[in-house]
Amino acid sequence: MSARTAIRVENLSKRYFLGSGPSRHGGLRHLIEDSVRSVFHRQPKPAASSEKNEFWAVRDVSFDVQQGEVVGIIGRNGAGKSTLLKMLSRITEPTEGRIGIKGRVASLLEVGTGFHPELTGRENIFLNGAILGMNQAEIRSKFDEIVEFAEISRFLDTPVKRYSSGMYVRLAFAVAAHLEPEILIVDEVLAVGDAQFQRKCLGKMQDVSMQQGRTVLFVSHAMHSVRALCKTGILLNQGRVETLGPVADVIAAYSHQSPLGIARGVIASNRALGLSLVSTSLHQEDVEGTLVVSATFQLDQPLSNAGLGIHVETLEGFELCDLRPETTGLNFGDRIGELSVEFALPGLAHRLGAGTYRLALSFHETNWRRCLERTPIGEFVVPVLDVYASGYPPKCEKDGPVALPVKLIGVR
Amino acid sequence: MEQSTAESRPAGERDFDLWIEAGRAEKNYWSDLWRYRELLVILAWRDIAVRYKQTVAGAAWALLQPFISMLIMTLVFGRLAGLPSVGSAPYAIMVFAALLPWQFFANALTNASQSLVGNANMISKVYFPRVIVPTASVAVSLVDFVLSFAILAGLMAWYQFLPSWRLLTLPVFVLLAIFASLGPGLLITALTVRYRDFRFIVPFLVQFGMFASPVAYSTDIVRAKIGETWFLVYSLNPLVGVIEGFRWAILGGDAKFFTTGSLLSLLVAAIFFVVGLSYFRRTERSFADII
Repeated sequence: MSARTAIRVENLSKRYFLGSGPSRHGGLRHLIEDSVRSVFHRQPKPAASSEKNEFWAVRDVSFDVQQGEVVGIIGRNGAGKSTLLKMLSRITEPTEGRIGIKGRVASLLEVGTGFHPELTGRENIFLNGAILGMNQAEIRSKFDEIVEFAEISRFLDTPVKRYSSGMYVRLAFAVAAHLEPEILIVDEVLAVGDAQFQRKCLGKMQDVSMQQGRTVLFVSHAMHSVRALCKTGILLNQGRVETLGPVADVIAAYSHQSPLGIARGVIASNRALGLSLVSTSLHQEDVEGTLVVSATFQLDQPLSNAGLGIHVETLEGFELCDLRPETTGLNFGDRIGELSVEFALPGLAHRLGAGTYRLALSFHETNWRRCLERTPIGEFVVPVLDVYASGYPPKCEKDGPVALPVKLIGVR
Repeated sequence: MEQSTAESRPAGERDFDLWIEAGRAEKNYWSDLWRYRELLVILAWRDIAVRYKQTVAGAAWALLQPFISMLIMTLVFGRLAGLPSVGSAPYAIMVFAALLPWQFFANALTNASQSLVGNANMISKVYFPRVIVPTASVAVSLVDFVLSFAILAGLMAWYQFLPSWRLLTLPVFVLLAIFASLGPGLLITALTVRYRDFRFIVPFLVQFGMFASPVAYSTDIVRAKIGETWFLVYSLNPLVGVIEGFRWAILGGDAKFFTTGSLLSLLVAAIFFVVGLSYFRRTERSFADII
């Protein structure tokens, strides 16, 4: 059996140090100060101070992947998915444990890595191909296929800085889709591009794995694509494997993780303005999906005309709204000290398809200047509600996120 | 797929092509480097293709810069200060024979030190042997360097200066210049990733280095002024040997090369190369975490 094992991960862990301990990221001055200090005081600095800041992004993860298997890796933000992929793709080194790999690996953690805006589409195909590990002969033989897949033949000799974002993504994915490694590692790259192109990419990935027998590791927040592509899955939670097995079980376990939450401590801050977000909570009240949000800010300096912005997006990252305080009236005049805000988004099930969404907040001051960038607060679930009284309640996954009111006026 | 257990582990090292593990020196490093050789070429090509976009003078900048430097140095040191040249060679040619490797070194160092930080996105998203990035930027400087030989040819025609057979040995010294630039280049690149201070140190180093190296004047003057003992200290500058080599090959006649000073200087260059490469390889594993 082990002869068919393509990837073996053994007790893999990765530690990061939070913030910047002296001489880690800091300037040379710290290094010099430290080395001078260590000459005079022969004892090393207490290790405890660094242990306090350490953070295990991935902890004790073990699994085997067989050749030709397509594995979905899921989990919330910060569960360690990207770190795991980075170790598998040799971008960053494990702190403990090891990974055995059989075959050539290509990883696609981002579309269009290394694209240069000044270069033309044609030139970028060669550049990006080389960065992804293809040789020039290989790219040349697939060149026409790539151009056709990307649907950009007319703009082949235009600098990509003049491309629309859709064209850019199509070109970038087209190059990556023509890689021919034995093992393909893909991170959430399908969350970009329009729906039609996303479907095309999914189709291409299915071809790659099923017909050509390639091993694929696939990270996504889009459960429908995980379900469509993968037979097995791994659910990560706080760096550890929580569930591992058939994809349906893993997705079920993921959706049972409590979507709502309370957070405390400094969640986000703007040091220059002495502003920090210190606690948030989300809870849902009724069958119509009313969401109640509270957030507490600490303002060390006076801010004039403070206001709160609301952002809602789907788990695939599709933005539903980016409501500014001047639009919603969520502004509180001149403030200092603690500011606690509680607001509700009533009856969400009447407006949105059933499914899970992400909420983020931003903080604004005078002239609506954003002084705290959008900060994810949590995920919430819009319950199933038969708003059209048709017996088929709208679902985000099938009908799209927005449930527009529809009224039949007449039929002839 | 299954959770691999301790029992299933002794499956043996041989079942896998590659083991990724903390601190393991990768045995495929050099074969990987060979496999990614095209990336080196294409990154260098990218930097050259992009560099002169939206400039009026375009690639002429590659020639204009060394040419003007040469004019100024010849005027100030040759005419105003009245320093002697090497043997019968015109001062301008003597200066330019040194400017060639010096400019190459200075550009290589400056480009290399910015290369990894400039390509930070690639470093954190794709694997490839990291040494390719600074090496590609040295290759970019090499293109400018080769172009500047046109000026040398022009100067020789202008002064009707006939080079000797030694000119044929020049490729050896070009290799030497590449070698002498790569060492400090790799060292500075790796240091810049961690300590951004080096972004400010490098321009200063380059400015200071131009006066500390025998670019605008001949080594004979230095030797005469400070004596043989101190001249050996002066020769710890790896560029001294490279410049002496260039002058020996280009000027012919009275230029000296095989002196203790030049050889000492080349030894220092070799040490720099070994130290630079090993420091780079030791730190490159953590580049993606700290960049």
